[in-house]
Amino acid sequence: MQLMTDHNTMEMMICAAARQLEDGSSVAVGTGAPCAATMLAQKAYAPNLVIIFEAGGVAPLLPTMPISVGDSRTFYKAVMASGMCDVMETLQRGMVDYSFLGGAQIDMYGNLNSTVIGDWAHPKVRLPGSGGANDFGSFAWKIMVITPQDSRRFVEEVDFITTPGYLQGPGTREEAGLCRNSGPHKVITNMAVMGYDPESKRMRVESIHKGHSFGEVQENTGFELLQAPKVVETPEPTPAELRILREEVDPNRYIIGR
Amino acid sequence: MFDVVAEGSGPLFTDPDADKAREFFRTKTRAMTNKVMTVKEAVERFVHDGDYLITGGFGGDRIPAAVCHEIVRRRKRNLAFAGHTSTHDFQILAAGEVFNRCDVAYVIGLEARGLSPNGRRYMESGKVEVCEWSNYAMACRLKAAATGVSFMPARDLMGTDTFKHSAAKVVECPFTGERYVLHPALWPDVAAIHVHEADVYGNSRIRGISVADIEMARAAKRLIITTERLVPNEVIRQNPDATAIPFFQVDAVCEVPFGSFPGNMPYEYFSDEDHLKLWMKVEKDPEGLKAFLDKYIYNVKDFNEYLGLCGGLERINQLRAEEYLIDTEGGRCSS
Repeated sequence: MQLMTDHNTMEMMICAAARQLEDGSSVAVGTGAPCAATMLAQKAYAPNLVIIFEAGGVAPLLPTMPISVGDSRTFYKAVMASGMCDVMETLQRGMVDYSFLGGAQIDMYGNLNSTVIGDWAHPKVRLPGSGGANDFGSFAWKIMVITPQDSRRFVEEVDFITTPGYLQGPGTREEAGLCRNSGPHKVITNMAVMGYDPESKRMRVESIHKGHSFGEVQENTGFELLQAPKVVETPEPTPAELRILREEVDPNRYIIGR
Repeated sequence: MFDVVAEGSGPLFTDPDADKAREFFRTKTRAMTNKVMTVKEAVERFVHDGDYLITGGFGGDRIPAAVCHEIVRRRKRNLAFAGHTSTHDFQILAAGEVFNRCDVAYVIGLEARGLSPNGRRYMESGKVEVCEWSNYAMACRLKAAATGVSFMPARDLMGTDTFKHSAAKVVECPFTGERYVLHPALWPDVAAIHVHEADVYGNSRIRGISVADIEMARAAKRLIITTERLVPNEVIRQNPDATAIPFFQVDAVCEVPFGSFPGNMPYEYFSDEDHLKLWMKVEKDPEGLKAFLDKYIYNVKDFNEYLGLCGGLERINQLRAEEYLIDTEGGRCSS
């Protein structure tokens, strides 16, 4: 029988992400691992977490994980079944603290690409595009990303800036016209939790998961990583977190079984 | 009015002129007439080659699937399509190769279900002219149109390549000096929206999230409503709070039970993940897709026949149970 203290890397990532969400805060979320992290946070230690979906679901009590950002689960027992303009404008006026985003590529400033691999006019791979990501990345106070540590994903230069991070560095977000004091916050991978240096706005390693080293994280990153003044070991998932994650959040192991 | 600080290089597929739109709406009938017709008739009358088309719902949720099928079956060509929160709707239309211009906010993907192989091939083929946007940018464009003005200011897109390949412009606010992106109004030639209930005149009710359909219904020049069920006008008048779309925006009302299949319809039925997986699977091979489309779209008479091929009421009943979380196997999840 599996011990409650054993865990896989996906469980580690989800638990590390969940702990970023404090009670009473608000988060705009999609499907997949971010949704699992959000559900875990709501069930484990942030019962007053306000969960918002871009298609209009506001503060649902998620019964199971949605498969679409607009399926009926996203407004199950919600306080409001609203619409896209209302949700996006709630973000734009500053009411949403966190958002989780993904992408095929991310650079040292947290810029994300989910549009094309290769040249835009003649792409090697055409990807879905922004969806609501550019909006979330422009409006939410703090942007978080859950992604595998891989030098093909963590690249020196993204092929296309779909969603703004800190753009070309300090001040460039504001110069472009984006909301002040917003931007990338954390990147959670299978090896580490990264944040951003407050001065240079460059990605930096803040904690490393047990069994991994800074060298290994750097090796799997296509640009030079900075280190926080004190890099610590990421706390491991607790038995309580793992129980909720396995029994209540993802009993069919759709996400944690990946 | 404002100095343009930056502008995207993307094409505008529709005219953002508010007065031209007003002239169109001036000619639109206000008569409360019975607009009930078949989907076939609605598509024949209101969807023309070259039109700018937009579909309601959220890609695989409350989508006008029957209209998408009919557009493919009628072999409409050279449409422009609003790839706004589109997933399975895009997938159907891409399979029929009905559009050659696309405003892209979200296409090809089916969210957690993965990427549509054919949708990807089609968008990579060079057959489709693209303008990049985000979901909110597209919603803003509809909102501007619904409001009757030629643009809507917002604070997204700026500083990104999405902006560079959009048709938006950045200006400085005359009050604060802050930069804002202006999203040009989008008046689609034709929209199709699936709703829960409508009367014969087109007064429509949507349950659950409205996505961008409130704005879309008011922005569209012509509007086809497909509805799970028709209700008497008295029902609408008894509770006007519930009306999402008033009749005068609507050109056609088609009763299409289970009309969002294989998509989700809130409070009615959940998405058919098996059937969506089948779409993804057959798309890997272009020949396989051709046979699939022949079987499920081209060689069937209407949407009801398609539903029959997909398991009919028996399957729908399973999806209804799933929607109401009475599946004893437990719920679904994004995988």
